[in-house]
Amino acid sequence: MIEIRDLHKHFGDLHVLKGIDLDVKKGEVLSVIGSSGSGKSTLLYCINSLEKIQQGSVKIDGIDVHAKSTDVNKLRQKLGMVFQQWNSFPHLTAMENVALAPRIVKGKSKEEALHIAETQLKHVGLGDKLKNYPSALSGGQQQRLAIARALAMEPEYMLFDEATSALDPEKVGEVLDTMRLLAEEGMTMICVTHEMGFARDVSDRVAYFHHGVMEEIGPPEQIFDAPVSEHTRKFLANVR
Amino acid sequence: MQETITFFSGFGASDLWFLGDAALKTLWISLLSISIGTVLGVIFGWMLHEGKWMAAATIGSILDIFRSVPLIIQLVLFYNFAPIVGLSLDPFGSGVVILTIYTAALVSNVARGGIEAVPVSMRKASRSLGMSYWQDLFHIVLPIGGRAVFPAWIGVVLGVMKDSALVSVLGYVELLKASQILITRTQEPFLILALAGAFYFALSYPISRYAAKFEQRWAQ
Repeated sequence: MIEIRDLHKHFGDLHVLKGIDLDVKKGEVLSVIGSSGSGKSTLLYCINSLEKIQQGSVKIDGIDVHAKSTDVNKLRQKLGMVFQQWNSFPHLTAMENVALAPRIVKGKSKEEALHIAETQLKHVGLGDKLKNYPSALSGGQQQRLAIARALAMEPEYMLFDEATSALDPEKVGEVLDTMRLLAEEGMTMICVTHEMGFARDVSDRVAYFHHGVMEEIGPPEQIFDAPVSEHTRKFLANVR
Repeated sequence: MQETITFFSGFGASDLWFLGDAALKTLWISLLSISIGTVLGVIFGWMLHEGKWMAAATIGSILDIFRSVPLIIQLVLFYNFAPIVGLSLDPFGSGVVILTIYTAALVSNVARGGIEAVPVSMRKASRSLGMSYWQDLFHIVLPIGGRAVFPAWIGVVLGVMKDSALVSVLGYVELLKASQILITRTQEPFLILALAGAFYFALSYPISRYAAKFEQRWAQ
């Protein structure tokens, strides 16, 4: 379970997150929507400690992410993350990309790590691209590679930071399908997304962020069909 | 009849050996300086990039001096003034020390460029997988950044190897000094300088060819 309490994040003078309280239960799929600069991506970075926070707390299964005594490298193994830029390691094949972290972080043997890599690449539909370098893969394939790479660490939670925003329109579907597959498998997911269709179909809950505040959170039917907040209504009217 | 004494004698096969041996010395002094200088340069480059410490400011300006002052002046100054502080080195030792620092100064900038060539988001991605700072540095930044600046580093290597000729001013008999000795004896500057040039070429060319091969392989 992810427990976020009174989370504040500043970038210099910029107050990006203004007191976020949010719980995400095991098995839940939460989509986070909102305009650019609303702080939704920053929230993900604060959850896995890629950004420091100024106030409040984030707990993963009871462990305080930002406590000095916490081993973040160990904690991050529980939290897979997929970025807007797919960030494939260009010097490694697809299989090596996926096998690297299990090998050096978890200390698996090379054979074991490569076996995990093969399994996960097949899982995301890249079984025929094992030996390819990222330069020979399309954006959509590289993003699926990034998902496989995160899954290879056997995370309990997956964080998606606008995973489809940098893709060509015709490649968005394949990545969303992979994300749907994970959701069906019961993965706990927080998806920062601009894909309203995906948010509506796949999410258990949808949160709308506005200027660093979580304006509204609820089941997709509420957010999309009967939003309570005026800001949510305006935002959705603009994206439709 | 008056006897003439000749100081000069023609170029012979043994002189070729002499040049070859000198070329090996050039290779040796370069190899030593470039290897140690590269390791130091990478460490300095990393410090400059991290820039957390006061050290970054001091190292940065010291390296600036070594980058900006002509090598020949550095060599003469070090060789003649180091003994004053009790550091008495022979020409070879002095040459290695100065060439090493000179290489480190050049490589530090190359290395910093390499670190900065790796996108921040890629480093965040590797950290998000649970890699530690050092794992990210060795498994991601080193290979990716290293490839990005490999051509620049090869440029430094070839440059330092040719610049090692300047150690001849201290009296170390490497390729250039050996040529000067032979020219004085044979009075055949054209032939001998052409030969020395050919030796330098023979040392440099394989390196650039080999480097090009690597780059080609990485480009795939």
